[in-house]
Amino acid sequence: MIDDDVTRHVARLARLALTEAEMERMQHELSAILDYVDQVQELALAAVEPTTHAIPLEKVFRDDVASASIPVELALREAPEVLGDGFAVPRMG
Amino acid sequence: MALTDLTAEQAIAAIVAGEVSSTDLVEAHLARAERDDWHSFLAIDRQGALARARQIDALPERLPLAGVPIAIKDALSTRDLPTTAGSRILEGFRPVYTATCVARLEQAGAVVIGKTNMDEFAMGSSCENSAYGPSLNPWDPTRVPGGSSGGSASSVAARQVPWSLGSDTGGSIRQPAALCGIVGMKPTYGAVSRYGLIAFASSLDQVGPFARTVRDAAILLQAIVGRDPMDSTSLDWPEPILVPDAERLDGVRVGVVEELMGDGIDPGVRAACQAALDRVEALGGTLVPIRLPHAQYGLATYYLIAPAECSANLARFDGIRYGHRAADTDNLLEHYERTRGEGFGPEVKRRIMLGTFALSSGYYEAYYGQAQRVRTLIIQDFAEAFAEVDIVASPTSPSVAFSLGERTADPLSMYLSDICTIPISLAGLPSISIPCGLSEGLPVGLQLAAPAFRENRLLATAHALETAIGFTDRPAGVGA
Repeated sequence: MIDDDVTRHVARLARLALTEAEMERMQHELSAILDYVDQVQELALAAVEPTTHAIPLEKVFRDDVASASIPVELALREAPEVLGDGFAVPRMG
Repeated sequence: MALTDLTAEQAIAAIVAGEVSSTDLVEAHLARAERDDWHSFLAIDRQGALARARQIDALPERLPLAGVPIAIKDALSTRDLPTTAGSRILEGFRPVYTATCVARLEQAGAVVIGKTNMDEFAMGSSCENSAYGPSLNPWDPTRVPGGSSGGSASSVAARQVPWSLGSDTGGSIRQPAALCGIVGMKPTYGAVSRYGLIAFASSLDQVGPFARTVRDAAILLQAIVGRDPMDSTSLDWPEPILVPDAERLDGVRVGVVEELMGDGIDPGVRAACQAALDRVEALGGTLVPIRLPHAQYGLATYYLIAPAECSANLARFDGIRYGHRAADTDNLLEHYERTRGEGFGPEVKRRIMLGTFALSSGYYEAYYGQAQRVRTLIIQDFAEAFAEVDIVASPTSPSVAFSLGERTADPLSMYLSDICTIPISLAGLPSISIPCGLSEGLPVGLQLAAPAFRENRLLATAHALETAIGFTDRPAGVGA
């Protein structure tokens, strides 16, 4: 069971504004899901290596050659707000 | 025969023989796609598709896919064609480049007619998490088509296209294929480039085909498989993908997963799968009971790893470079929080929260670290099974298509829809679902899996079984 403080802390870390109703529901749903996934704690796993990638891969390199990228105008096409050649953002702080 | 009843293979042959044009075929399928009783589509590109079809018809020689229409899951970027991944946060978004797998299909002569509906960011098993409303199952429109690639499955079952592309993270191709009575295949992780696939869980996501025959699925996979410099996890493919034609299974050992043929699987689903598997021996193969002792931990493992990866991947939706932006925010933190709070739906928020929690300081090792270790045990289970057998078989879904709304109130009950498909995803293995019969008048899928890179073995086995099963039922509500 996770409490209200943890839920609010995680929502802040995730940069998600939740309404009070969403926050309450989230706390209950996350607690139920965590109760279920807690079964991974049953296993003795100290000697087992973690898997990050199911299919073994070698390091992948490409030649260090410059190539054309997306033109600025196209890169800005979908932006909600543009300022000159850049993305406009709200004031920091 | 109606043009919309042709398989892709038949359609290619008809175009090559000069019996029909790509333009005619595309027009026939567009007409059905536009009369979209199943809400398969989020966008239809009539003008672009017809222009491309005319261009292909005018070429002096036929391209390999000859101008046959296809639908693309809305998780795949298509330049200038709206791409939302089923989310409000991308409403109206037009990508500035095309996913490699789609570009390869277009080069091979497939004609994209539209983008298909899906659970938001591919998170769901019913298509009900689409911000634009669910797709409906052509077999019974009061039921779900499965998910997350619900529209890709319903469009093929409803003859709006002969084939489509989907993506599968924990079952999102195989489960909807099963529920819609068609073929759906998830290739080996890395077989198909993920460049241009809107990321959900990067260590699991894989693009693959939906079709009405195994041979069509193979033809589609042929055109998209192989390394792409834009995706460093994509793989040089060791051998050509073959279109299977053998009808025997001589010497093939099929392992039946005991844990997935008992309680927890609907009796009607079990019976249909068992009847299909009973044909293996008549075809010259053998059935071997096998166990996957850690498969029971698959769901818990998946619901730690996939949300953890998604919480990182979805950080990019910040309302700055594209997509929804909250109005009138006073500072950057409020901008991020409100943009994302407004743009994401309930299931996506749940998974981001779950993943952020599992990765947060103090919990990382107990949850994410532990899950990565269980993943190793699941991979070892499959390795041991494949020392004894050539193919692993089970039902694809524990039930037939369920009713709209039946599982939306309880997230865990929805998650259980993927109990048969998830262990294979965690192991990165190739897997296919083929229709094997009906239960309660609704289609049942049989799931087959093979070792990594053994796509040809998987397709050959699936084709032989498909031929022996002879599933010819079609959805009652889908006319010619």
